[in-house]
Amino acid sequence: MSENQIYTLTVNGSQREVKDSWIGESLLYVLRERLGLPGAKGACEQGECGSCTVMMDGAAVCSCLVLAASAVDADIKTVEGLAPDGSLTDVQQSFINNGAVQCGFCTPGLIVAIHNLLDSQPNPSELEVREAISGNICRCTGYGRIFAAVQDVIEQRGATR
Amino acid sequence: MSTVKTRRDVLGTNALRPDGAAKVKGEFSFSSDMWSDGMLWGATLRSPHPYARIVRIDTSPALAIDGVRAVLTAEDVPGVLTYGLIDQDQPVFAVDYVRYMGEPVAAVAADHPETCRRALAAIIVEYEVLTPLTDPELSLDTSTPAIHPNGNVFRHQRIVHGDTSVVGDVVVEGEYEIGMQDQAFLGLEAAMAIPDADGAGIELHIATQWLHEDQKQIAACLGLPIERVRLVLGGVGGAFGAREDISLQVHSCLLALTTKRPIKMQYSREESFFGHVHRHPARVHIRHHAKADGTIVKIEARMLFDGGAYASTSSAVLINGITHIQGPYRCPSAVVDGFAVRTNNPPCGAMRGFGVVQACYAHESQMDRLAEACGLSHVEIRLRNAMRTGDTLITGQPVESVAPVERCIRETDALPLPPPLIDSPDVLELPGGTGLTSRSENIRRGIGWGVSIKNIMYSEGFDDYSTARCTLQDGVVALKFATSEVGQGFVTLAPQIARSVLGVTDVVVEPMDTTIGSAGSTSASRQTWMSGGAVDGACRLVRERLFEHVGLANGIDALRLVIEDDEIVDTMGTLRIKVTDAAPGVRFEETFEHHHRPTEDLDENGQGNCHVAFAFVAHRAVVDVDVELGLVKVVQVATAQDIGRALNPLSVQGQLEGGIAQGLGLAVMEEVIVQDGRVRNPSFTDYLLPTALDAPEVVYSLIEEPDPQAPLGAKGVGEPPCISVTPAIASAIRQATGRDIRRVPVRPQDICL
Ligand code: FES
Ligand code: FES
Repeated sequence: MSENQIYTLTVNGSQREVKDSWIGESLLYVLRERLGLPGAKGACEQGECGSCTVMMDGAAVCSCLVLAASAVDADIKTVEGLAPDGSLTDVQQSFINNGAVQCGFCTPGLIVAIHNLLDSQPNPSELEVREAISGNICRCTGYGRIFAAVQDVIEQRGATR
Repeated sequence: MSTVKTRRDVLGTNALRPDGAAKVKGEFSFSSDMWSDGMLWGATLRSPHPYARIVRIDTSPALAIDGVRAVLTAEDVPGVLTYGLIDQDQPVFAVDYVRYMGEPVAAVAADHPETCRRALAAIIVEYEVLTPLTDPELSLDTSTPAIHPNGNVFRHQRIVHGDTSVVGDVVVEGEYEIGMQDQAFLGLEAAMAIPDADGAGIELHIATQWLHEDQKQIAACLGLPIERVRLVLGGVGGAFGAREDISLQVHSCLLALTTKRPIKMQYSREESFFGHVHRHPARVHIRHHAKADGTIVKIEARMLFDGGAYASTSSAVLINGITHIQGPYRCPSAVVDGFAVRTNNPPCGAMRGFGVVQACYAHESQMDRLAEACGLSHVEIRLRNAMRTGDTLITGQPVESVAPVERCIRETDALPLPPPLIDSPDVLELPGGTGLTSRSENIRRGIGWGVSIKNIMYSEGFDDYSTARCTLQDGVVALKFATSEVGQGFVTLAPQIARSVLGVTDVVVEPMDTTIGSAGSTSASRQTWMSGGAVDGACRLVRERLFEHVGLANGIDALRLVIEDDEIVDTMGTLRIKVTDAAPGVRFEETFEHHHRPTEDLDENGQGNCHVAFAFVAHRAVVDVDVELGLVKVVQVATAQDIGRALNPLSVQGQLEGGIAQGLGLAVMEEVIVQDGRVRNPSFTDYLLPTALDAPEVVYSLIEEPDPQAPLGAKGVGEPPCISVTPAIASAIRQATGRDIRRVPVRPQDICL
């Protein structure tokens, strides 16, 4: 399946050339299988579960629904690009501390979605948090520890503002 | 997985997941994240028919496609043609007949997933379509032609106990139905199969619940000696029972051995719905006899489980169902008939709760009716009949486990109720949520109860032992076991055990694979007890060696030594030495197998000590129902669970909340819809799962009465949370609506039409 399409994506601040690809590949596939960035996960490839959430030009998108070749002009950020090497963001640390991670398959998508929420709305209500992540399915936790993790971050950020 | 901890997170603390950082950064390697030089992709061709005879298969058009490296069918299976956990009746690839929609017929290996799709489309399979057997009642009818050489009944078992002629002052009777639920783990089936250079062996990286059982079944199908099939646990994205059976294991290995290349195989969500077993749909007819004061004197029940096309664990699910049909209540007499049957519906097997979910929905619906018939409250009827330690089950087995049923109920009852529905709530708080479809004046609130008993560990004489190895050197412990970490947190618990027993801080969990003995399955709420027991045993053996060493070096009896925090202390002298400094350069290594006490088969009357131990839980659900539109919002679930001992309270909370969400799913939204043997909703668009907006508030109380039989005093906590919450929610809907709800999931039309 090499139809020799070459294009370049901007991912986590670097230019990444995509070679020998098939034009029908999703951004999720290209990130995972061609660019060595398996942080975004696929669990439905229909835009229903949010596991594949990445940022494109500052908006959270389901990368399973984006054709990679159409994302050439976008600034793409994946879960791998959220924190500098060896460190964790406040959301990531809070997920660990609050037991919001079980199998962890939903986690990268949720982390990206929550950063996106808190960037645009630093002080969301509990309902706003629920709504913001209602497109991210978690089968393990029942969401309780995830809400607790988000609440902790909101409080910490509020305290340091 | 290399996991060095720097805090002294012993048993009882909220130790954090050692794999947490990798998971939040997206660096944890799930089985679908694996990649190998020179790998090919594998894919499966599945039957579009629930029942058909295969007239002809022509794979040559697929083989002719550029990039296709192999196309395999049943003819290419070198070993046994079938597999299965209990009866090996499920074909690797269909032979002559397909018996369910989605049954594997062929597999391909190609250079790209898209090439695989084209190859699957090019394979010609000519079917003679047959009329599927889809009504499980018909499977019991001896005049129905057998759809499999082994017949249409997987198992029939009776329970006859006590004085079966007793008649109650009060008799309530009902017929209940439980729909087919999917485990819907998030991390889809995925594997990487890497052939040995000599072509006579294979290494499979796989997300599974039970490495050694997979290994045994795979080796048999591949026709390889077991030691040439090595399994390594790939990162597992949830399991809930759906990874206990073989799915793509044999296919990926066969493709790898044929092409001599690594094979990556992963299912799509749709394929996943066809590729693993589901929770059995069941029909339960049940009659309770009680004294006028509500004391149960007898139950009579008939349970029918639709096992679908192949056996999987149907026969064990059946036994769990019928042996738990009395619920957590005393019941001196019983007549129960249980059947698990074969149909052309999707195969069913293990899912969290394993047969007890179906039983619980029926007995708890009955308890409500019994309460009403006797003029008692839903709480009183349950307290009056609550089981205690020492009571005898309808199987004749004494309940030796701690059985704090009454406490579960009372502590749940004492938990605070949510505030009443306010006049103008945010629409997101109403049934219908973002759909904005509800108006508050149509909303009624209801409160319902559910209480359950669940066996833990395997039953009926099966010795599901677990193995662990502990190595200690210079204060650093390495633990090795084959226990599948599926998300539940055994990788957190095992180091906690080592820290408690050995006074160390740093614990490394080695990769889980088949280079050590079996740990049994991550199922049946058993790993805390079984693998926890194995790790504890191995660590204790190492501690003995360490004490001997220190005793010898200091001229004192090793029996005088104990661990206090991170030191070895002489209880009769002054010696006090850090574990890290106690034996420089010396390596201690011990392996331990933990076996639970033996269990028995049931006799023809269903009598026998067939289960190891039991755990109990109570749930109270508060729901708001839009009675016009049939929409339900679960507002709050209160629960008190018998857990023995909270080894990691944060993990326990996560299990409670996660299980409750799954039970909520079965109560009001989750169902694999099967019509004429065809699955109608194999996607997350049509199979609805609870989202963050559906999650109820969970208030809880942990009941800690350490079980003397349990190695760490702790009972498994995985399954109970999802069992009685379903009937509690259904009951709350009945209370809110006055409707006679007999089936779950409760659909809008069950409420408003
Ligand atoms: S994989 Fe993209 S939304 Fe599910
Ligand atoms: S932690 Fe498993 S799906 Fe969320």
